[in-house]
Amino acid sequence: MILDGKCPTGPIENSWDKYRFEMKLVNPSNKRKYKVLMVGTGLAGGAGAATMGELGYNVEAFCYQDSARRAHSIAAQGGINAAKNYHNDGDSVRRLFYDTIKGGDFRAREADVWRLSQVSNNIIDQCVAQGVPFAREYSGLLANRSFGGAQVSRTFYARGQTGQQLLLGAYQALSRQVKAGTVKLHPRTEMLDVVVVDGVAKGITVRNLATGEIESHWGDAVVLATGGYVNVFYLSTNAMGCSVTAAWKACEKGAYMANPCYTQIHPTCIPQHGDQQSKLTLMSESLRNDGRCWVPKKAEDCEKPISEIPEENRDYYLERKYPSFGNLAPRDIASRAAKEQCDDGRGVGPGKRGVYLDYQTAIDRVGQPVIQERYGNLFDMYEKITDENAYKQPMRIYPAPHYAMGGLWVDYNCMSNIPGMFVLGEANFSVHGANRLGASALMQGLSDGYFVIPYTIGNYLAGVKPGEVTDEHAEFKKSREEVTARIDKLVNIKGNRSVASFHRALGKIMWENVGMARSKDSLTEALQEIPKLRDEFWQNVNVTGGKVGRNGQLEDAGRVADFFEFAQVLATDALHREESCGGHFRVEHQTDDGEATRNDENFCYVAAWEYKGVGKAPELHKEPLKFENIKLAVRSYK
Amino acid sequence: MLQSSIGRKLVMATTGMCLVGFVIVHLLGNSSIFIGADGINAYAEHLHALGPIVWIFRIILLSLFGLHIFFGIQLTLENRAARPIDYNQKKNIRTSFGAETMIYTGLAILAFAVYHLFHFTMHVTNPEISASVLPLDALGRSDVFTMMVLSFQKFFISAVYAGAMVTLLLHLSHGVQSLFQTFGVLNGNTLPIMEKIARAAAIVIFVGFVSIPVSILLGLINI
Amino acid sequence: MDLTLYVWRQDGPDAKGKLEQYEAKNVSPDSSFLEMMDMVNEDLINEGIDPVELDNDCREGICGTCGCVINGIPHGPQEETTTCQLHMRKFSDGDSLTIEPWRAAAFPVVKDLVVDRSALDNIIQSGGYTSAYTGELIGEANNTLISKPIADYSMDAAACIGCGACVAACPNGSAMLFTSAKVAQLAVLPQGAIEAAERVNNMTEAMLNAGFGNCTNHYECEAACPQGISVKFIAKTNREFIKALA
Repeated sequence: MILDGKCPTGPIENSWDKYRFEMKLVNPSNKRKYKVLMVGTGLAGGAGAATMGELGYNVEAFCYQDSARRAHSIAAQGGINAAKNYHNDGDSVRRLFYDTIKGGDFRAREADVWRLSQVSNNIIDQCVAQGVPFAREYSGLLANRSFGGAQVSRTFYARGQTGQQLLLGAYQALSRQVKAGTVKLHPRTEMLDVVVVDGVAKGITVRNLATGEIESHWGDAVVLATGGYVNVFYLSTNAMGCSVTAAWKACEKGAYMANPCYTQIHPTCIPQHGDQQSKLTLMSESLRNDGRCWVPKKAEDCEKPISEIPEENRDYYLERKYPSFGNLAPRDIASRAAKEQCDDGRGVGPGKRGVYLDYQTAIDRVGQPVIQERYGNLFDMYEKITDENAYKQPMRIYPAPHYAMGGLWVDYNCMSNIPGMFVLGEANFSVHGANRLGASALMQGLSDGYFVIPYTIGNYLAGVKPGEVTDEHAEFKKSREEVTARIDKLVNIKGNRSVASFHRALGKIMWENVGMARSKDSLTEALQEIPKLRDEFWQNVNVTGGKVGRNGQLEDAGRVADFFEFAQVLATDALHREESCGGHFRVEHQTDDGEATRNDENFCYVAAWEYKGVGKAPELHKEPLKFENIKLAVRSYK
Repeated sequence: MLQSSIGRKLVMATTGMCLVGFVIVHLLGNSSIFIGADGINAYAEHLHALGPIVWIFRIILLSLFGLHIFFGIQLTLENRAARPIDYNQKKNIRTSFGAETMIYTGLAILAFAVYHLFHFTMHVTNPEISASVLPLDALGRSDVFTMMVLSFQKFFISAVYAGAMVTLLLHLSHGVQSLFQTFGVLNGNTLPIMEKIARAAAIVIFVGFVSIPVSILLGLINI
Repeated sequence: MDLTLYVWRQDGPDAKGKLEQYEAKNVSPDSSFLEMMDMVNEDLINEGIDPVELDNDCREGICGTCGCVINGIPHGPQEETTTCQLHMRKFSDGDSLTIEPWRAAAFPVVKDLVVDRSALDNIIQSGGYTSAYTGELIGEANNTLISKPIADYSMDAAACIGCGACVAACPNGSAMLFTSAKVAQLAVLPQGAIEAAERVNNMTEAMLNAGFGNCTNHYECEAACPQGISVKFIAKTNREFIKALA
């Protein structure tokens, strides 16, 4: 099937304004009759729920965390982009649009990206009004810094805690609506099913993670803002609770998963310390502004102390390979370059899986106090984890799975192929194409939440009778029974292997075969190994505790089970995409010097996969991508 | 305001500050003993000459005490209720012994104040050496000086007074800096300095008061 | 390294709890505290014992989900460090660790080391925000200048991660540091100053209503805070309260 993204036509500059004007509105006095269910309270979910509450809709918001303030958006460090052009360095909405499309390796929709670029400026205004303490210049003006993949300084930041501050801004706006009575929060609640009535999303079934109760909630629209899926790799920079579960439940009900193979491997993470490692810690990409990446030129130097490796024996490989962007090359490129050096036997640290990120040049140039002011908290964090002082010796970094560009397929309205179900933020696939630029995730989450969904949901709800289907409907009972049956199944297996060990095993298959570099052979192998592991899981997993009350093992078991199904779709997508683009690198498709080779002739489309059931191949649906404002070109950062 | 958390804290701080003021004036008055019988007897005579003003002052002082004690107990009970199950192991890092024992030192000071009144004001506890049975001094004034000297020459009485001053020291070592924090005049830089100044002030008050019975016991002040 | 753990086990909110002894063996000094607990839990699962429940999520020290009292100190012995960022190299082979949940009337235990901190959300809901609506024409951000020292001060306060260690550490079970961090962050900004009086009254009232104790200036909160939030914000909040009286 050919999918229609419902993008507006005509000149792109006015596309969003024109589209917005043409959308239907809901009468203010009718809004409170509509109930909207928001799943997830990160940047997109929190902002969306708050704004819809503000508009007068009756909103119920759900999150698995114990508070709406804790979603993993909070961990974003570096910043948020906006095309303010405060520095007169040539920035504009069009340039942000261009950078994002190019950064995404020409695999995103133009109209969506334009809208994102346009509202980016509103986001900054909004957050400042909320009291987000962005960094300031001595003049009192907002400060900016530069970030990977851009040659202008457009990134706004709040120390190394930008995500935290933006999320708290959204959370506070949400809290205000809770007080006003327009939003009701359901923390410690995990969505385990979407209730679809006659093809339309009408509610969700959830498990209360404190009591174990299974509850259903009806809504006139369901919005998923449930984040990304890179915990499929087990070790990633995501929070422990991040999972594909909510999105996957939607897939099981017919939603399409778009471009799952576009996974971002972030270049500046702290390398793994050993087998007991449970997650990887990212350090802001902003570190690459002043840090220089290098490895020894000679493999035999790798074990030597830094002081014994003279300057001429150091290979500043990013500066060598990409002279114009240097250490600010986009994430996918920087990650792959690090992997190349390590594969070449020139990695450093335990297992030789690491490269140096060196601040000596910057410290010599501006002095340690300035570096401390800029990155102090990151250096502290590095020292806490590694026990090494990065002012004295270079940091060691290695790439780690970080972000999912892929996600549930949505049209221009952020609505999935199931009417009434909207998807926001990282959970959808819409704007980042095959690779996301730094400081763009926060921008997308808040754009979707504050400025997109409040309009597009009105357009949908205007055509829906409020409260037409409630949880009295038979589908809700059926949904609760299905969810309960699955939980019963999990707790009754009583096998011999822990949930975590299955997750680790899946992660190993995925990282080795579907990680930074993929080949037909590795993907085929993954597609053979995953079902085997999945079958063992359903026979041999040991889920301790019962289904009543808090049970972390049961929560994890459900999430890992969904990762198994999803991992196969991810690997299938990666196998089918016979090209290298952005976060998807197929070793068969590269130039002689190791650069990615896109295949625009055959793959300039969104691949949306329809789940067909356990053990069955998913079905591919395509949405062709048209580029009318930017010419398709080879993405070069040389 | 009297139901709010900070409001009641302000009451504690305000009454506490007034009580500290009273303690300082009291100390200055008492110090006149170092001048000899002439000094302190004249001071006592002047106070009595104020007549009804003394009573107004006493009523104010009593209400300050009352408020300070009432809210002190109320807040302590609330604060205990805020942690119904205690830790098996808890290490405090920043706080001081004085801060942790405010309610106990406070109650001890209350008990002492009652005793002090019975002793020197109402002449109940040691009537045989009270000013009401002692002959008037050469100038026909109540002989407070002799009463004090005879009292503090008894080791037990001196020990009670000195012990009470230790509790006052502990109470003020936390109380004085705490009231500045409560009035919101501290910031990150001044807080550590204030903590030191407050402790020093508490020590000065302690040394001032204790010097009287000590001097008498050592025979430095004699009849 | 090997350690002996005494861990608080409690089946549910109304159950009686007690400390249980477990052994942690072959712990890497490079592991985090939570990775050590993962290992202990994996051993417990293999022995057929329910693993210890403890809240954690980002494991980067920023989400504020994790936290337990380790040997009497919230988040353990390392200063300005959350439980998840505490690494085992801070302990020695053969050490004993007593691990307990945050204890406060306002934080009822859900299970084992997991507590319900929704009382903190209630405090924010009572007024920890600016009443800015969402809109495109809300005003150009740079039209409001904010001096760098003010912005930095506000950011220092805003860094609170809402973990509740201040409450756990406070001898009075008070949430004053948490409350005042938000009061101070917003009070100094022009955007937040407008509602400052109402905010400080509502938030401190909500704090008391939630069952937290009163601040008596022990400053244990500051010592336990993983973000190093200063008690100067409590002084600032007191000042805001006095201003609001006027």
